[in-house]
Amino acid sequence: MTNHVEPLEETPWALRPKAIATVGSALGLAAFWSAIPPFTARSPLVPILIGVLAIAAGLWALTRGARRLGWGAVASGVIGLCLGYVATRSSSGNLHVVFASELIAQVFVFATPLTFGALGGMVSERSGVVNVGLEGMMLMGAFWGVYGADKGGSWVVGILTALAAGGLFALLHAYWSIHLRANQIVSGMAINFLALGVTGYFFEQLYGNKNIPAGVSTVPNVALPGIDHMSYVGPAIGDLNLLIWVGIIFVPLSYFILFKTPIGLRVRACGEHPRAADTVGINVYAVRYAAVIVSGMLAALGGAFLSIGFGGGSFTENMTEGRGFIALAAMIFGNWRPFGAWGAALLFGFSTALAFRLPVYSSSAATLFQALPYVLTLIAVAGVIGHSVPPKADGQPYVKQ
Amino acid sequence: MLTAVLAFAAGGIVVAATGHNPWTAYKGIWDGAGFNWLFHVPWDTNTIHLDAFNLSQTLLTTTTLILTGLAVAFPFRCGLFNIGGQGQYLVGLIVANWIGVDFASWPTLPHVLLGIGAAAFAGAVWAGIAGFLKATTGAHEVISTIMLNWIAIWGGQYLFGQGGPLQNTYNTAAPESESVAQSAHIPVFWGSSLLQGLDYGFFVAIAALVVFWLILNRTTLGYEVRAVGFNPEAAAYGGINVRRKYIQAMAISGAFAGLAGALDMLGYLFQFGVLDVQASQIGFFGIAVALLGRNTAIGTGIAAFLFGGLLYGTTRGLNPNVFDPSLAGNLTSMIQGLIVLFVGADIFILYIWNARRKVRRRRAEAAAT
Repeated sequence: MTNHVEPLEETPWALRPKAIATVGSALGLAAFWSAIPPFTARSPLVPILIGVLAIAAGLWALTRGARRLGWGAVASGVIGLCLGYVATRSSSGNLHVVFASELIAQVFVFATPLTFGALGGMVSERSGVVNVGLEGMMLMGAFWGVYGADKGGSWVVGILTALAAGGLFALLHAYWSIHLRANQIVSGMAINFLALGVTGYFFEQLYGNKNIPAGVSTVPNVALPGIDHMSYVGPAIGDLNLLIWVGIIFVPLSYFILFKTPIGLRVRACGEHPRAADTVGINVYAVRYAAVIVSGMLAALGGAFLSIGFGGGSFTENMTEGRGFIALAAMIFGNWRPFGAWGAALLFGFSTALAFRLPVYSSSAATLFQALPYVLTLIAVAGVIGHSVPPKADGQPYVKQ
Repeated sequence: MLTAVLAFAAGGIVVAATGHNPWTAYKGIWDGAGFNWLFHVPWDTNTIHLDAFNLSQTLLTTTTLILTGLAVAFPFRCGLFNIGGQGQYLVGLIVANWIGVDFASWPTLPHVLLGIGAAAFAGAVWAGIAGFLKATTGAHEVISTIMLNWIAIWGGQYLFGQGGPLQNTYNTAAPESESVAQSAHIPVFWGSSLLQGLDYGFFVAIAALVVFWLILNRTTLGYEVRAVGFNPEAAAYGGINVRRKYIQAMAISGAFAGLAGALDMLGYLFQFGVLDVQASQIGFFGIAVALLGRNTAIGTGIAAFLFGGLLYGTTRGLNPNVFDPSLAGNLTSMIQGLIVLFVGADIFILYIWNARRKVRRRRAEAAAT
């Protein structure tokens, strides 16, 4: 087999296999989209046609070298076709209940803690420290966030205490992983147990049987003027929580910092080859400490969103319920990249939001549907859909010489 | 053991800092766990029944913890970290429930054995998936076992939930399973079977400790597993099929956890619901048990007894007038976290030790000159 490499300048960007495959993936989504509100095509031909187009685009890209994206497009086409077909067979009333435009708002609500967590995990792991303790740091953010908002009287104080609490636990994890060279997974699990105990204990101690008093200052929603009263877009994105927008902004921001600035280069160097980084004068320990602490703060923001953002100023024991682990999964699913992680977070958020609405059809199937993100991640780490490549020095303590 | 003392001390400081007396709190937990019974004189009949009951409950929890601890300890000796004990435990529990409810016409012994065997096999398969993925694609077992946990948790909620295949038939509004048939109940040998007495499953767990030790120290498989754990490259060079060891180690580990689920289901739970699936944490405690027990048979046994007492003594066994159980339950999580943290940082304790020795030597040298 000869490896024919096409010179890049001669092919217009839009005709490169990767671009076609991306279009194919989008078409796969569109196949499903066409059959649900607001379009609600009732003829099964529409999603089938678009789905076949998507598969064709995927196959075309596959034969021209874009394997990963090509398979993605094929898969997206097949899934979109099937789901779209099912949707056209389903009653239009049910469809309107499940796919109301509020669904999009809910996707953002469910995806935001995952986005923060996944970005946090990414920062830490890019610097070479595995962070299984995201769940615990998130939980700390959730409790101390609502505590700060309650006692400090303002959600700003809440956010600050959440950041401090998440940062503190991250510091513990960093000290253990970097200086004591403990097994980072063991240390991360310890953080999770410890956070569960600490937040539960102080919740009981400080609030006892009484709940968090009503009227705690919460992070406000942002009403977009002009958009919030529009028909379909309004309920979808017109009135989202401030933290949701912050999360969305953090995605390109973290991409820019990690991949386009010297700081990001240093962080990634520590995660790929700490010895080389040390040789050129980067303080590996300092970079890793900073990255892990930032990671804890990001996770804590995700937790704070649960308690004083969308949660409306409430807390329950073990409030995060494994969201830290899904965030970890989203990060791996997104291949340790900001946009990938965000895409995975949105996908997982979508499946959760959908699971909350599917009971119109069948409540037991909706429960089973919640397992989907985990199955997808299992498939992703197994390397069936492309291979997830962690940073080379991820999880290895660095010993200065 | 030093780590456990440190963790309890740190927990005590938190208790003291929040305005409670750590001594009464720990004494309450001690009493609640029924450890008093061990120091009882036979003619004192005042509290002996309550203490005996509490101790039997502690041992019931110990049974589960021994097995979930072994489920973490075994793969650890192979260099694998199994965080999936919870999922494997749930899978075992679900299968045991299914077998226990069906086949109701069977006599007790084969029925129980079938339930236990099927549950252990199911746990082995569940963990084996992670081992298989590790061996064939290199997928990190920590990630895959975490995912398998959640799949098992949601799967369990589906199976026992409303409209699920294993939901009870008498009350479709209640998201719980059917009760296990009388023929599948493991007989009780201490206490009353009506009051959740201690069943023979306890001896199965003790036997599992022996089996664990035998496999690791007296078989070729155990030798190879330990060799892979020390250094996979060297083991491969020595002609050991490392990939196969990964799968075998995970499968054996999953069998231990599945067994734990079966003994719980057929020993005293008999029924399980969606809320129980959500609340269950016992598989995760296996991590702390194994780490504290240094992944040895005897260590795991002792650590399981300690955690069994801690878990029961801080929840139902605890006298609410002595110390608030809702605080105490969280204290357990905290102590658990601290133990895992301290064990993870062995090097830290050694470091302090060495530093002190160094200082002492320097002093000795200074004194000599």
